This record gives sequence, C-alpha cells and structure tokens, in this order.
Amino acid sequence: MTIDEVQQEIIDEFALLGDDRESTIFYIMELGEKLPELEEKHKTEENIIKGCQSKVWLITELKNDKIIFNADSNTAITKGLISLLIRIYSGRGPKEIMNSDLYFMEKIGMRNVIGSQRSNGLTAMIKQIKMYALAYQAKIGS
Amino acid sequence: MLDLEKIRKDFPILNQEVNGFPLIYLDNAATSQKPQVVIDALNEYYIGYNSNVHRGAHTLADKATGKFEDTRTAVKEFINASSTEEVILTKGTTEAINLVANTYGRQNIKEGDEVIISTMEHHSNIVPWQMICEEKGAKVKVMPINDNGEIIFEEFQKLISPKTKLISVVHVSNVLGTINDVEKIIEEAHRHNIPVLIDGAQSSPHFNVDVQKMDCDFYVFSSHKVYGPTGMGVLYGKKAILEEMPPFLGGGEMIKEVTFEKTTFNDLPFKFEAGTPNIGDTIALKTALDYVNEIGKDNIARHEEELLEYCTAAFQDIKRLKIIGTAKKKVSVISFLIDGIHPFDLGMMLDAKGIAIRTGHHCAQPLMNRFGIDGTARASFAVYNTKEEIDQMVESIHKIVARF
Repeated sequence: MTIDEVQQEIIDEFALLGDDRESTIFYIMELGEKLPELEEKHKTEENIIKGCQSKVWLITELKNDKIIFNADSNTAITKGLISLLIRIYSGRGPKEIMNSDLYFMEKIGMRNVIGSQRSNGLTAMIKQIKMYALAYQAKIGS
Repeated sequence: MLDLEKIRKDFPILNQEVNGFPLIYLDNAATSQKPQVVIDALNEYYIGYNSNVHRGAHTLADKATGKFEDTRTAVKEFINASSTEEVILTKGTTEAINLVANTYGRQNIKEGDEVIISTMEHHSNIVPWQMICEEKGAKVKVMPINDNGEIIFEEFQKLISPKTKLISVVHVSNVLGTINDVEKIIEEAHRHNIPVLIDGAQSSPHFNVDVQKMDCDFYVFSSHKVYGPTGMGVLYGKKAILEEMPPFLGGGEMIKEVTFEKTTFNDLPFKFEAGTPNIGDTIALKTALDYVNEIGKDNIARHEEELLEYCTAAFQDIKRLKIIGTAKKKVSVISFLIDGIHPFDLGMMLDAKGIAIRTGHHCAQPLMNRFGIDGTARASFAVYNTKEEIDQMVESIHKIVARF
C-alpha cells in the first residue's frame, strides 16, 4: 500500500466513529494499546520527543534500506496517535517518507478531537520522523 | 444556605453544552467564571465612559477616575487594609510579586543574604526570587513539607537566620489546597524582624482575608480568580514599607515632577502605577467584589467546604484513586492520581463528557518533585458548583477506571 492508501484507510476507520468525541478518543487509546511496549532501556532522554504533558520515545533502525519505527508514550492517547504514524511510515524508504504529505489529521478533524496542543505535538512527531528519514537518506546515499 | 439556582443563572457561561454534555466547570483554581454583572460593568465602561484616568479635564475622565478609585476602596475593604495608599493595582499576582522582588528585593537583598519560600510555591513565587537572588549573589531557602502537604514549622524555624531578608509564602496551595498557618509564620518572622509576603491568589476567592489581623507585610492576589476580569491584580503593602521602596516601572502617572536632570516620584499608591492602567478591568473588579460580598464570603466558604468534603468522600470509593494533598485544613481544591491512567488521558476523557478539570504540574514543578510525580489531575470548586456536578464527575471516573 502507498502512504496515501494507508491514510485513506485511517480516514475511513475514523469516519465510522462519526462525530462522537468520546468514542474517537477511546478508539485512539485502543490503537495505542495494540502497539508493543518499548523496552525500558530505550526510554532514554536521547530518544524522547518532548511534548507539553506527555513523553514520547521514538527509536529507529534501518533494515534493507527501509526504516523501522518503534515508539512508546506515558499517556495512552499520545501512544495511539503515534501508532497511526508508525502504521503509515514504518517499513518505508527514507525518500518516500521525506516526500510524503500527511493530510489524514485534517480530514479526520483531529484538532477538534485532541485539541490544538496535542495537534502541535503530532506535527512535532512527524517532523522528527522526517528528520530521521533525512539522516538515513544521507547515510545510504541516493 | 445559598440560592444555588439563582447563583448559577448569574454566570451565563455555565449554561452551555460542551461536546454534547452540559458544561461542568471544575477548573476554578485556574480561573473562575464571571457573573453577568461583571460582564455588564465592562460593557458599560467601554460603551459609556471610556477615558484615561487621573488627568482628564472632562466629565468622562472624571467618571472613569472616580470608578477606578472606587475599586481601590473596595479592595481596601475586601482585605481590610488600613488605607487606600496601601493598595497598588497591578496586572496580577505574578506582577505584584515581581514588583516586590524588583523594588524591596533589589533594595534590601545583598550578597550572601537569603529569601525563604516553601516547597508548595507556584512558579510565580519562586522564579522572581531566584532572579533577584542570582543577581545579588543571594540564596533561596525552602521550607520543607510533610507527606500530607503541610509546612513543617520546626524546619522553617531552623531556616531563619540573620541572613534572611524576606519570607514569601503561599497562603493556599493551588495544587494541594492546603491552607497554610500564615499567622504563625508571620509571627515567627516578625520576632526576627523579617517581613513576609503572602501569595493570596488561592486564598482570596475562598475565605475572608484580613491583612491587618494577619499582620503580613505584603499580600498579593488576582482579580480573575475572584470572579473578576483577567489582567488585573493587587499588591497590598504596609504603608511604611511601601514608602521606603523605590519605584518599579518609570513613566507617566508615577511622577511628581520631571526635568531632564531629575524626577521626583508621586505619592502612594501612584508611585507604583506607571502608565495608563487597565481601567475597564479594574472598574469591573469592584463589581466582582460587590458580588462576592453580597453572597457573603462565609457563605461561600461553607458551601465550598461542603463540596470538598462531599468529593473527598466520593473519591474514597474509586478504585486506584489517590488524593495528593491531605492537609487538615484545605480549600476546595483536590489533586488526585489514578494508578494506571495518566492524568492527561483522564482529563481528555472527562472533557469528552463536558467536564473541565486541570491536569499537569500546575506551575509547581518543585512540588511535583517533592511527591515524586510528573503531575496530577485537579478538580477545584467555586460558589456555583453543585454536588450533582461532583456526582457526574465521580460517575464518569468510575466508568473510566472500570474500562482501564
């Protein structure tokens, strides 16, 4: 699947929840629960993306020129949000990630669901992922 | 007994749905809602007599000045200051503390000196002292607290020394709800001739404050937590101390005479009020104080105490819930944690039900460190809150706890 196909899949899933904010929040939390927990040794200052109230740890590895992302958070909602990004990005090449344009949050109306502070946090996570992609791209060369 | 139904009608904002549910506003320690009369007072000022105060030669300026000074008188009575000269109008509690740090502090704190604060201070009563102490080569000393969230008086006594130049302590903790025995602290400080600043941001909304009885040297509070507008606050200071203090900001209003060679400063309280003040909000603060007086501070205190007891009891039945702050004397502020549920997640889930609480470190990170936590969830009650609202919150929390 392409990045855009995965985005469409997510948009369709959220559409099923309708306008119910509570169900949407619970759904995001359930997505987070499915994400495997990071081992404690990875929860270091170095791997942290600092948000306002929640912590996110993001680790990466390169396998056959594809980037594998793993992440965890101390809050359930944030963990759910990062699981969406992992679903979209993990296992893809750096160039594909760098050139991607994420519009699923806007389509879902994510800002209304999670608030503007969290929305900004999500944007920060995407930036961080693209930074990793850029770094790996430089490493493997074009 | 309060006529709660009538009181709730006085606050138009409460009559709305949030996320499809009737709004339950339990974030009053952050800011209180405003009654219609306060909103009207603001409107009337801008519609009817907006003009600059203290220098106009026309009718509107005269009316604005009169109303502006009426607020000063109302504040004087609200905290029982001995004269209006002792009431400095500021942007808020934070500015008031910074004013004292930058005037009294700069004048009196020398290298090697010490300022004593407590573990439960809001950042606004920590950072200004750190800044001035850093500048002067002085030190901030901290009164420790026990596990219930009460200042350990004997430990405080040990901190006092000839190097202590000022004690600045919070009256009521915005996180724990603890009402500190400030009279005892002030008495002890005065035995050593040390002045005391009381941060009253969280005490002024909840119970009667009498600065003369308390005998504090400074008392500061914010309008927006006592049902008044934002951007407006008060510094009370004993006249003798205020007179000795140098001005804070320079500009218009605070001068007597200006030449390029030398400026002489205005008398109290204007010496500390440079520039055009926040006129509309100041005028509306009087309306807020009148509103509080009409209901009666003692009635408010009794009602909020009932809510606190009711909520504390209901929380005992929620599995995995722990209250942070179990002092003997508390106002209607309850911080809590639920094992396995991050406060931020809890806050979001309650918000989906129209219930507004606060989560996070509440601008008191050193206090969080004292308890070894990152933050708490906090419910705080005001005059318009009801037991039914607490029931709704408690029921929602029960469901969330059952789900996780």
